[in-house]
Amino acid sequence: MSEQLLEVKDLKKYFPIKAGVFQRTVGHVKAVDGVSFTVKRGETLGLVGESGCGKSTVGRTIVRLYDKTEGSVLYKGQDIHELPKKELRKLRPKMQLVFQDPFSSLNPRLKVGESIGEALVDHGFCSPSEMREKVLTVLDICGLAPYHYDRYPHEFSGGQRQRIGIARALILKPDFIVLDEPVSALDVSIQAQIINLLTDLQERQELTYLFISHDLSVVEHICTKVAVMYLGSMVEMASRDELFNHPLHPYTKALLSAVPIPDPTLKRERIILQGDIPSPANPPKGCKFHTRCPLATDICREQVPEFRDMGGNHFVACHLV
Amino acid sequence: MANTLLEFRNLKTYFYTEAGVVKAVNDVSFSIREGETVCVVGESGCGKSITAMSLMRLIPSPPGKIEGGEILYQGKDLLKLKDGEMRMLRGNEISMIFQEPMTSLNPVLKIGEQIMEPLIEHKFLSKREARQKAIELIEQVGIPRAAEIVDAYPHELSGGMRQRIMIAIALSCDPKLLIADEPTTALDVTIQAQILDLLRRLKQERNMSLMLITHDLGVVAEMADYVVVMYAGKVIEQAPVKEIFKNPRHPYTKGLLKAKPIIGQRTTRLYNIPGMVPNPIGLGDNCHFSDRCEHCMEICLTKQPQLKEDANGSKVACWLYEGEGA
Repeated sequence: MSEQLLEVKDLKKYFPIKAGVFQRTVGHVKAVDGVSFTVKRGETLGLVGESGCGKSTVGRTIVRLYDKTEGSVLYKGQDIHELPKKELRKLRPKMQLVFQDPFSSLNPRLKVGESIGEALVDHGFCSPSEMREKVLTVLDICGLAPYHYDRYPHEFSGGQRQRIGIARALILKPDFIVLDEPVSALDVSIQAQIINLLTDLQERQELTYLFISHDLSVVEHICTKVAVMYLGSMVEMASRDELFNHPLHPYTKALLSAVPIPDPTLKRERIILQGDIPSPANPPKGCKFHTRCPLATDICREQVPEFRDMGGNHFVACHLV
Repeated sequence: MANTLLEFRNLKTYFYTEAGVVKAVNDVSFSIREGETVCVVGESGCGKSITAMSLMRLIPSPPGKIEGGEILYQGKDLLKLKDGEMRMLRGNEISMIFQEPMTSLNPVLKIGEQIMEPLIEHKFLSKREARQKAIELIEQVGIPRAAEIVDAYPHELSGGMRQRIMIAIALSCDPKLLIADEPTTALDVTIQAQILDLLRRLKQERNMSLMLITHDLGVVAEMADYVVVMYAGKVIEQAPVKEIFKNPRHPYTKGLLKAKPIIGQRTTRLYNIPGMVPNPIGLGDNCHFSDRCEHCMEICLTKQPQLKEDANGSKVACWLYEGEGA
């Protein structure tokens, strides 16, 4: 059961900042700066953090939509970033992505059914004549009706488009799906439908998810393991129960306390962080969080804390725990 | 009990599109008292923003048109005011902040100029006085280095800071009513917590009324005194905040509360409301929620329930509660 499906080691992804007439590189945005984690088969790893923390870049780099800067991504033992193009293409169907806004990732002039089935034919899994039938099966699994096959993306609501996005990933029978904020653009009642669909699919098809989100309540619901990112680095990683019941890093604690809870009778002490997230092009020295950390001391301003195991696979990067 | 500041009475705002008439706001009535925070909740397309835009008289016309009803502000019907009179109120006694702080700030004007504008226009301050006031306002909304920020352009600020500037502009003329349309939806949680905290503090200091439009029930629980739930252009339930969360009555409100995952309360499966929001064009005489409702009865399919007040002063529009209370 607990076979290692994905192993990410010290992954770095820097984007160059170009300026001037000759577009010389004047600096780097360190979107992902040394991130390591593993995902077991059947697990759902939640990647949380605020905008600009690099969570989406991690998602895209591990399926090699971006080339890495450093580090390695092992999928079933193979380094994805070292594979030749041909081999990589064979692996592609096994790793799929679902985006936040499925509308911008669907071709507006292609019938939805064709959009979903396109990859099947491209990868040579079936002939064009068999495609329709396979697409219909997947539509059904994702809670859509057969007549949706011949419709165009603009005819669908947000929730339905997200179902199409999921259908498109699912049809290739992947093992691993990167879900990049799949429910963030949806209304509460539709969000619940999509989350339930994702959980059902996972059970039925033994899928492994990397679930990227900024919404901690959704992450707590769907994930088995959670990693918190801040400015390109991981600050804490633990099993879901451990992380939500005993958060160690001050940033995790602040994040958890910032989520509004729908209970007007509840009075709780809130940690309100001061200031904004610093720019990833010019991150603070030492612990990157020290500019907003209520507990920061001298050591935090100078030394980068190590990402270490506090026991029971509860990793944290903080000098003070 | 405080006086009523604003009252919507049977407001109807329709949009005339090529495909048909969209009754975006259809017979909406509720009121806001002085110093009270009223949250308007609902999913996209339920008419919550259009209600606020109607109040500000900012409905684009055509295609939109306010077809009926009254909006009474301190007893005056805003819909009957002349454009000039409305302009004197807007941004002065009633002001509004929006979801996207970047698109609502002018990118080619300095922050200071944008805060000064309403002060010069409504409060007749001189440029120098207005600038001084602008700096004070920037400090009040919790931005450090106010004297520098006043000469910055919007693109130089982060999302949270821009929203603070929007709040500063909205508060510049000491409004009696602030309308906040999804003020924190585009922001990160930690920044959201800061902005909500700021709004709460400023509201208390100034004894202002706040009409907060949101889809996030967590935000509602934290901010509201009174809650109005909308669905497909209608108010389906309204009650004091504790009442709504403790004892929701309309099946849609119940569903919304159950569908939202809550930190610390795990369930194996989320409750979900089946189906989706109906097409706003050509809605029939049935209860608009009937096709998604698990308690749907025969009468729901033929007749629309009216908003009825019960013994506690809460109101609900559902046939299940017909004959009770009232």
